[in-house]
Amino acid sequence: MSTGNMNLTLKVWRQKNSKDQGRLVDYKVSDISPDMSFLEMFDVLNEQLISKGEEPIVFDHDCREGICGMCSMFINGRPHGPKQGITTCQLHMRSFKDGDTIVVEPWRAQAFPVIKDLSVDRSSFDRIIAAGGFISVNTGSAQDANNIPIPKQDADAAFEAAACIGCGACVATCKNASAMLFVSAKISQLAHLPQGQPERYRRVQSMVAQMDAEGFGNCTNTGACEAECPKGISLENIALMNRDYYSAKFLKEEEIH
Amino acid sequence: MSNSGKAFSSSIGKKLVMGITGLFLILYLIIHCFLNSLIFVNDGGLTFNEGAHFMATNWLIRAMEVVLFLGFIVHIVQSARLTIENRAARPVKYAYNDGNANSKWYSRSMGLLGTILLIFLIVHLSNFWVVSRFTGIPTTDANGHDDLYAVMKLTFQNVWIVILYVLAMVSLAYHLLHGFPSAFQTMGWNHKKYTPIIKKVGFWYSIIIPLIFALMPIAVYAGLI
Repeated sequence: MSTGNMNLTLKVWRQKNSKDQGRLVDYKVSDISPDMSFLEMFDVLNEQLISKGEEPIVFDHDCREGICGMCSMFINGRPHGPKQGITTCQLHMRSFKDGDTIVVEPWRAQAFPVIKDLSVDRSSFDRIIAAGGFISVNTGSAQDANNIPIPKQDADAAFEAAACIGCGACVATCKNASAMLFVSAKISQLAHLPQGQPERYRRVQSMVAQMDAEGFGNCTNTGACEAECPKGISLENIALMNRDYYSAKFLKEEEIH
Repeated sequence: MSNSGKAFSSSIGKKLVMGITGLFLILYLIIHCFLNSLIFVNDGGLTFNEGAHFMATNWLIRAMEVVLFLGFIVHIVQSARLTIENRAARPVKYAYNDGNANSKWYSRSMGLLGTILLIFLIVHLSNFWVVSRFTGIPTTDANGHDDLYAVMKLTFQNVWIVILYVLAMVSLAYHLLHGFPSAFQTMGWNHKKYTPIIKKVGFWYSIIIPLIFALMPIAVYAGLI
């Protein structure tokens, strides 16, 4: 951990468009405050590039407070960098040392094509949600307390699954580029609540089918996704998705789908 | 039941096939390990040959042998298929990927460990299975049974065979360390109370079974048997 300002070498992935081959380019940044976030350091670098007349580095970001799921940098071999339970925007330069070399790459997956530089197209996630990650009827405004009794454990499990921000770190770190942690969180948040029951078994089948169609890999239970998830989504969700999928395919009558 | 044909070609279905065949092979290893441990009975292999004779002549065991081969073939072919798909899911590799930061090396190396085991399996089958089923065991023991014990003792005089077997058992240990708990997760059995038990049982299973197997060639080569 550093306290004084630091000088760093960055190796950043530059890629003109989805067709371009892309390559790592070296950049030097100096006098970086340890209190800067990683994205603020990139802002400084981009200012430098603009003043030199070079094209700035494209990277995704929005809320910069760890809840939107937009930022997506693969930093020194890990999604969202070296710390656990945070997104790239919450990563601060005090996590690095003066003189460090930092490699920054985009998420890499067949289903996440690079748009430009560090920005990837994650609309495959949107298509998976559109395939069934919703409740079809209007559930109305918030119910009166205890109007629909829900056991606390179920409410907690649903809330924990709902913490998923869809950033794609699970896919990025998975050796198979599998999206199962994301998909299982989106299934689980509804499977634990009464409003999610009517479409529960239709949902798991259509979302898994869409996930497969998007070209994500298959889960091999290495657990890397759970370890790197900024929101701590648990592998228990994948087990629940598997159970629901088997129930749907092997136990339910055809009419239910 | 609906669309269950398609179920096995989905990502979750393919995992299920790996899990079921894996658990089946795990069960088989217990039987195999128990029977082979009979070589440690100090009677010049009579008990071991008795066991081998039973396995070779019992119709139920012979029927299960076919299922066992199917289990191996499906497990191997499916894993090859999954590996190809999973590689295709990331066509451009990372320049730098710190895998050790978030997962165990053996969890990420199941394909490599499995390939070592496949090579071992081919050598192992040609050492014993082919001999006892096809080319014939030359001698018989005092009870008149085929002397598989003598074949084993002769095989393990070759130091390279011993090294291959021990190496394969180290690979098996790591393959099981991941595979045992992973199979339960794939079946959807992730439970606050039972998963820690599964992990503990899986850990000791993965150490003990390969260790007993590895001691067999070592003991023979060292002249202890």
